[in-house]
Parts: sequence; structure tokens; C-alpha cells
Amino acid sequence: MIRKENLENIPALAENPIKNQIIEAFFDKRNQHGNEVGSFQEIGFEQFVMVMSHFRPPNLKTTKEEKQEMRKEKLRFLFNMHDTDGDGIITLQEYRKVVEELLSNSGAMDQDAAHEIADAAMLEVASTNVPQMSPEDHYEGITFQHFEQILKDLEMETRMFIRFLDVDTTTMHCGKATS
Amino acid sequence: MPSRTGAGSGRSLPEFGLLLLVIFVLLEGSLLPLGAASSTSKSCEEAKQGHTEVHNFTKKAFPVLGVDYGHIKNPFEISLWVLLACLMKLGFHLIPRLSSIVPESCLLIVVGLLVGGLIKLAREEVPPVLDSKFFFLYLLPPIILDAGYFLPIRPFMENLGTILMFAVIGTLWNAFFIGGLLYGICQISNSDLTAIGILPCLLFGSIISAVDPVAVLAVFEEIHINELLHILVFGESLLNDAVTVVLYHLFEEFSVDGSVTVLDGILGVISFLVVALGGVLFGAMYGFLAALTSRFTSHTRVIEPLFAFLYSYMAYLSAEVFHLSGIMALIACGAVMRPYIEANISHKSHTTIKYFLKMLSSVSETLIFIFLGVATVDGRHSWNWIFVTMSVVLCLVARVIGVVGLTFIINKFRIVKLTTKDQFIIAYGGLRGAIAFSLGFLLKEDHFHMRDMFLTAIITVIFFTVFVQGMTIKPLVELLAVKKKQEAKRSINEEIHTQFLDHLLTGIEDICGHYGHHHWKDKLNRFNKKYVKKFLIVSERSKEPQLIAFYHKMEMKQAIQLVESGGGSKLPSAVPSTVSMQNIQPKNPPATTKPAERVLPQLSKGREEEIRKILRSNLQRTRQRLHSYNRHTLVADPYEDGFSDLILKKQRMMAIDKKIKEMTNYLTVPAAAPDSPTMVRARLASGRNTDFIPAQQQKGNKKPSDPQSYNMKPVSGGVPTIQVDLASPQSPDSVRLLDELGEADGKEQEKDQGLTMKLPGGSSRPNKPGETENTREQQKLTRCLSDPGPSADEDEDEPFLP
Repeated sequence: MIRKENLENIPALAENPIKNQIIEAFFDKRNQHGNEVGSFQEIGFEQFVMVMSHFRPPNLKTTKEEKQEMRKEKLRFLFNMHDTDGDGIITLQEYRKVVEELLSNSGAMDQDAAHEIADAAMLEVASTNVPQMSPEDHYEGITFQHFEQILKDLEMETRMFIRFLDVDTTTMHCGKATS
Repeated sequence: MPSRTGAGSGRSLPEFGLLLLVIFVLLEGSLLPLGAASSTSKSCEEAKQGHTEVHNFTKKAFPVLGVDYGHIKNPFEISLWVLLACLMKLGFHLIPRLSSIVPESCLLIVVGLLVGGLIKLAREEVPPVLDSKFFFLYLLPPIILDAGYFLPIRPFMENLGTILMFAVIGTLWNAFFIGGLLYGICQISNSDLTAIGILPCLLFGSIISAVDPVAVLAVFEEIHINELLHILVFGESLLNDAVTVVLYHLFEEFSVDGSVTVLDGILGVISFLVVALGGVLFGAMYGFLAALTSRFTSHTRVIEPLFAFLYSYMAYLSAEVFHLSGIMALIACGAVMRPYIEANISHKSHTTIKYFLKMLSSVSETLIFIFLGVATVDGRHSWNWIFVTMSVVLCLVARVIGVVGLTFIINKFRIVKLTTKDQFIIAYGGLRGAIAFSLGFLLKEDHFHMRDMFLTAIITVIFFTVFVQGMTIKPLVELLAVKKKQEAKRSINEEIHTQFLDHLLTGIEDICGHYGHHHWKDKLNRFNKKYVKKFLIVSERSKEPQLIAFYHKMEMKQAIQLVESGGGSKLPSAVPSTVSMQNIQPKNPPATTKPAERVLPQLSKGREEEIRKILRSNLQRTRQRLHSYNRHTLVADPYEDGFSDLILKKQRMMAIDKKIKEMTNYLTVPAAAPDSPTMVRARLASGRNTDFIPAQQQKGNKKPSDPQSYNMKPVSGGVPTIQVDLASPQSPDSVRLLDELGEADGKEQEKDQGLTMKLPGGSSRPNKPGETENTREQQKLTRCLSDPGPSADEDEDEPFLP
């Protein structure tokens, strides 16, 4: 069984700006394809592989629908990483934190820049998804649909993968029978 | 009916005029040399006479008007050719439908043929325009540098394996297949072809097998195909130069000797590695030198672009000295120096580099195709049906087999597989061009008696690929519904998530202990940031993280758009929306604090319009005040030279900001359209009050605000503003466009004492911070205001070469 401390002790991860989010993601119950929320204290091999299965690449035989499914799955993974309180939407605070973490590696930096960027990004999401809002309305946060919409051009299914040249990851389905 | 003919003649008149102009230019070019022959002899005689005159004092009228063509013959002819090329380019785009059916390269070759024919008729002898030396030294480098400088690094690196496979193995396959089969056919055919040995055939194969970057660029530019295919074919055309160089020299040498041993083969392989890597090394070296030089150019901005060009050209020439691949040197140089140079040089220099490169490469390309046409007319041709047709057929067959075979192997290693459609386009896009012709031209006559036949065959293949394939690729792309280039601009969300993804994947790789290419890429980036950037980039700018740089670039672009659109009557964003920052701000749980956020009353719509109109008119006035400059200095850019002051100012400003934030709630000022998205966004982005502080407050009066009485110099808060905060004190790209009007007035005031700007001596407290801020604002010159150049500018981050 792996605990959080085990992962935190990996030396190579130390320089990664979003280290904490990554470690969190392994212990996040939402990534286990179940319906639970919250987080584990420690995970076993099966849960580990479950998380890793999000990084499967598509192959020549993957149909269009399967690709869509894959993309949704990967985007869901990213979404869960941002949505730390698990309420299903990414609020401005959470998004600000994401940008802050991303920029935290670059040395002395004031928070204002990160906030600006996060605000601008949020504004963009809101503008694209809910274009007509009166000044009274309040945009709660980025829902999963909006998230999908805003990132649909990035083609997640072809970008978010880890390639193990010597292991065929398509065999690591871990119990879920697909293709 | 009369209206139509009227319109028709109206449109044809400029074209008619253009046609006349072209004919005139041509005649001038061809007749003047004839006149020159006689005039030079005349001037010689006159000179001789002049000497004798001194002694004999024969009275002769002083020649008021003389003709001396020989004096300026060469530059004149060169200029004439360039002028012809440019006029042709103009002409094509005037003719409405022609440019959409026929690619420009075809038209240019036809023009070349015509011009060649004309010259031949007029002079009986065509000047050897496509001299190989001229081509390789002057015409080719600009095109390659343009390609290399604007090479989209990310897709290129991601597909590097595939590109290398196609370039190296594909070209080798092509060369040997074509050469070998041609030899076989020559032997079978019972004509004088049997005299051709295997080595000349292989040589011919290697010349003809290389995909040509010039032709590919010319054709692919017009079909707007998706990024992957474009970079694959284009990358291949660039990288196969090394292979071509080696094969060419190899076979040329051995054709003389007459035999090839295994040792020679091995040496050939080693030579290939040396040529390729050596070229890249040379290029990278010069690229670093260029980047280093650009670090010190902050006081001589005018010559900055020159460094970029000169170092690259030197890289090319140095590589050519050692018979290394000059093309790869150029590409490496451009790609290496670009990120560092862009961080160091001024905005104007950046624009200059971009446009100059585009201009040079465009002219070069045009000239190349025209000369190709002229050289066709000139050349001594030896047409041999079998040889020529078989070479065309074999080229096609070899290409198809090569692409299909290689893709089969490559797809086993790729994630994004290449479909059949992709393969077809890659195979079809393998165009040959002027490089093949020049290489053939370089062959020495005495060693290769079949040189003429080779040249004819090469020209035929070039014509076939450029005309037939070039013309039909566009309809085929439409027919096959190949994915086209995405026009969407990069949004800030995509950028954030691209970076996020990079870090995420690197982290996952680290957890698994698997050193995949994310790991190495991350290591390279960190090395770059830690050591290289500090060395090569002006110190203040080296720390700026990429996300912030991207954000500032985007903001500046929007700001430029805003200014250009005349003051914000239309939103710069792609999606018109009424969402503002207010909608996004986290809802404060107790409802009581809500009114506090809306302490600023709304401005009526009519008032807002008036305000906008006034601002717009002032903005336009500002833009007309361009400062004249002499050749040696451009407009002084005080912003760029005062970095050290900025840091102090920034800190002072932050302190002031906080003070103003506190004071926001106590000021009753008319808000300028709080529901204008950009305005509110600007307000919230800065976290400070950017509204009008109307006149009476400037006077230090505490009268209740009167929305009617504002004057033209608001301290802050032009209605349509985009504000970009200085994220890091070191970033010169960040624009403090507090309000364009304030800036503009500040500028004006510095120069012509026109409108008053300075607030009266700050007696009232709210005034003071505003005033000190103001003076600071005046000193910051916004880059975008001082550079009206790039209006509808294309984003250089876009993957395609425009």
C-alpha cells in the first residue's frame, strides 16, 4: 500500500510545481471510476493502476466514440485535479490556486499576476459558455461541460498520455473490459 | 448591360496599365543592352578623343546628355529582374480567379518561359540567370531562413522522428530506387542509353529524389492544410538536404573514379552524420552568438535586425565552406536564436525582422521560379522519350511506395497514426524544384556527357510536379476532406492547460520512474531557464515565466486592437458577451456586503456615448502625431531604457494601490459604464479604482460629484481600457495602458505643451496618490502606441508561416 508520504519522497518530483495536485490525484476517490468522493489514506496497486489508466493513448482501432469517451475521461481527471473541494465546479478561488501553483516555480512573483491571469481565463470561460449575462447574474464557476467546451481544441486524447515503449498499456485495463 | 461593361472596363484598365508597364520594362531591359553596345564603344572613342583633345584643342560641343549603360549594367539588370518579379506577383492577384485555380509557382514559371522566349528573340542569347552560384548563395538562403526562423518548434519536435524517417530513409530509398531502375531500363533499351553507367544513374536519382522546400512552401502555403501534414512534408523537405548533399558528392566523386567499394559506403554514412550534425552545430553556434549579441543592443536598436540576418547568413556560408549542410545550419541558427532574440529586442525590431524576412523570401521565391522558366528556354535540351518519361513515372512510383512503406513502420511507433488520406497527401506533396535543377546544372560537362539529357529530365520532372501536382492538390484536398488548418487563436485557458499538462505528465513519468520524453524535455527547460537564459537574455527579462509572457502578449494584442478600433465601441474578444468580472467574482456570503461592491452609480447610456466619442477623437489625434525621425535614431523609447527605475516605481505603486483601495468606498464618483466588460475587467484586474475623478476633485474641492462636469483629462479610467499590470517588474512587455488618453495626453504634454495634464498641487488626499501616479504614468511609453505598424498582424505564435 502506498501512502502520500511515499510519493512525496520521490526526489524527481520535488521540482514539479504541481506536485501536490498530482499526489492528491492518486488518492482521489473520484478518479476510481466509482461514485465515491473524498480521498483515500493509502492506495493499493489496483487503485494506482486505475489512476494510471487515465493516461492511455488511443490506437488505430479506437473508434470515434471511444475517442470521445477517452477525451471525456481525461478531461474529467484534469477537472478533478482542479476542483479540490469536490463540489463539481471550479470556482475562481480554485482556479487562482491552480495558476499560482503553476507559476510558483518561477521564483519571486506576486500573487496579483496569477490572479489576473486566472481572472482573465475565467472570464474567457464564462464569455464563451454563457455569453449573455446581465450584471446581476453570477457565474458560479466552471462546470464540467464548460471545461470540456473550453478545452475541446486541445485534443486531449492525443496529448495526455504516457508512452511505455515496452509495455502495451492497452492491456492495463484493470478489470474494466473494453475493446 | 452598359453598367456591366462599364464595370468590366473599369476593372481591366488597371490591369491593362500594368500589362503595359510590364511590357515597357521588358523592352527596356532587352533593348537597352543593345544600345549599350554601341554607346560604350562611342564613349570609348570619346574618351580617346578627349585625350587628344587636350592636345589639339579641337572645338567640340560639350556633351550635355550622354548615355553610358555599361557603367550600371549589372545592378540595372538585377533590379529589372526583381522589379519584373514583383510586378508579376502584383499582376496575379489582380486577375480575380486565376490565383485560386493556379498556384503562383506555376504562373511564375510560365512568365519565366515567356520572358525567356522574349529575350531569346530579342538577343539570340539568354543570360545564364539561374547560375548555380547565384542560386545557392543569394536566392536560397532567404527562403530557408524565413522557414527556419518561423518554424513551429513544438509540432516539429513532436514529430521529429517521423520527419527524420521520411527525410533520410525516404530520400535514400527514392535515390536508389530511381537510379537503379533507370539504369536497368537504360540497359534494356537498345539505344545509346546503354552507355550510361550505374553511377551516373544513381547520381541522377539522388538529384531528383529530394523534395524541394521552395516548391513545397509555395504550394502548401495556399492550401492551408492541417498542421501535422504541413510540418511533416515541410520538415522532410528541409532535412533531406543533408542526405542530398552527401549522396550528390559521393556519386559525383565516384562517377569519375568509376567504382564504389564497401569502404566508400561506410565513409558515406559517416559523412552523412558529419554533414548533418555539423551543419546543425554550426547553426546553433551562430545562433548563440546572435542571441548573445542581442543582449547588448539596448542602446542601438536600429541595427538589431541586422544581427539576426548576418549571423544566419554567416552560418550558412560557413557550413558551405566545409561542404556541410547549409540548409540545416540556417534552420538551426534561426530556431536557436529566436526565443532569446525575441526576448531582447524591441518590438519594432521584431516587426522589422519579420517583415524583412517575409519580403526577401517572397522575392527570392518569385525570382527562382521565373529563372526556372528562363533557364528552360535557354538550356540545350536533349530529349529522350524513354529516359524522361521513365524518370517521371519512377519518381511518382518511388514516392508512393516509399511513403506507404515508411508509414507502415512509423505507425507502429506513433500515437497519432497517419491515415491513408494523410499518406496520400504526403506522397502527393513531394514536389521537386529548383534545387534539383541547380544541382544538375552544377554537373561538369566533361565528366557527364549526358548532362543535357539529365537536365531535360530534371526540368520535366519539376514541371510535372509543380504544374500537375501543384494545381491538383488543392481540389484533391477538398475532395478528400482533409483536415484543414485551425484558425482559432490560442486562448489563455489552453495555454494554462498546456503547461499544466506538461507538468502533469512529467510528474507521472517521475512517479513511474519512466524517463520518457517529457522528463527530458522538462530537464532541458530547466537547464535552459537556469543557465542559458541568464546568459543570453537581458537580465531583467530572463525571469519571466512563459505563462506570464504569453498573457502579456495577449493583452498587448488586445490593447492594440482596441486602440485601432477607435476606442472600444466594439469588443476585442471573439465572442461578444456581456459577461464581466462582476459576474465572476466570488459571491460574498452575507448579502450585506453586496451593496458595497456597487457603490458606484451607473452612468447613463447617453453620457457614456458622449464620453466615448470624446475619448475616441482624442485618441485619433494622438495617433496622428508621429514623430519624424532621421536615419540614425528611431523614436526614442524611454520606457525601454529605464528598467531600474521601474522596480522602485512598481513598489511605490503597489503601496499607493493599497491606499486607493481603501479610499474606493468613500469616493462618490460617477462610474463609467460599470457593465462594460473591458472596463470592469480592467478595474478588477488592477484592484484599484480606475474611475473618473472629475474636475472638482482635481481642484481639491470636496463638492459632491457632478457627473456633468468632467474635463478631458481624467486621472484614470478612460471608459474603454484594458489594463495590464506589471506582473513582474522586469517585464517590458507588460503595458501599463492605464488609459490611452492619459498616456496620450502625457505624451503630448511632454512634447508640445498642448493640453494641460498636471493636476494642481495636491492638496486633497485623494488627489495626491493620483498625481504621483500620473507622473509615473507619463514616463511609461506604451509600445503599442508608439508603434502603429502591426495592425492586422498575425500572431507569430501561429504554427503556419503566413
